[in-house]
Amino acid sequence: MAPKRTLIVCRKPPYGNALAREALDVALTAAVFEQPLAMLFIGDGVWQLLDQQDSAGIKQKNHSKVISAFPLYELTELYIDADAMQQRQLSHDHFVVAVKPLAADELGDFIARFDTVLSF
Amino acid sequence: MQFSLLILGSPYSSQSVGTAHRFAEATLESGHSLYRIFFYHDGVYCGNQLSCPPQDEPNIPAQWSALAAQHDIDLVVCIASALKRGVIDSDEAERYEQSAANLAANFSISGLGQLIDANIHSDRVITFGP
Repeated sequence: MAPKRTLIVCRKPPYGNALAREALDVALTAAVFEQPLAMLFIGDGVWQLLDQQDSAGIKQKNHSKVISAFPLYELTELYIDADAMQQRQLSHDHFVVAVKPLAADELGDFIARFDTVLSF
Repeated sequence: MQFSLLILGSPYSSQSVGTAHRFAEATLESGHSLYRIFFYHDGVYCGNQLSCPPQDEPNIPAQWSALAAQHDIDLVVCIASALKRGVIDSDEAERYEQSAANLAANFSISGLGQLIDANIHSDRVITFGP
């Protein structure tokens, strides 16, 4: 049986709701199990990718530190909703890892290519 | 077809938990099977046996326990999500020197690996959001 391809969709901003962090925990666990995995950041989820996050003032763990460790787990298939990025005036220079942009009209076909989708 | 469910919502805040329960019943009624139901994030409150809703509201943890008993379904609450929210079984209560345990019947506490395993072994994994 060929291994399944899983997509994790990240929709929440990095702070304000624990789901953003919990999605990363799922991704890291899947990576440890050597499951083929991609991640898609859409809507306010694109804020998760920002470099230079400083969460000390709200006593939360630093989200970008976890994302910057992705390459160590061979988590390199990272995609971003290009419209969400543009609406928030973000460019690739702002991000802590390399992500591939997808246009809004590509998202449906892209998601359909995966066997399972976990949405956070 | 074999389904697994990922439940993220808090039982008395989010309607998605009730939707998930009806989806689980409909899945079985349609002749499909449920490999596992994984409770993550605020979904772990579904495993709190101490929930005491008023009489005209459903006892959501009891509903899940009954469904699992009737159909032999694997109900798993994520250990990392559950312990910090005070959903705890007797083994963990002993380990953390707590005076009581409250995990509802037919639930078990385990790690995120159980979600990944469900993802591998199910034809579909349906997420019920917060």
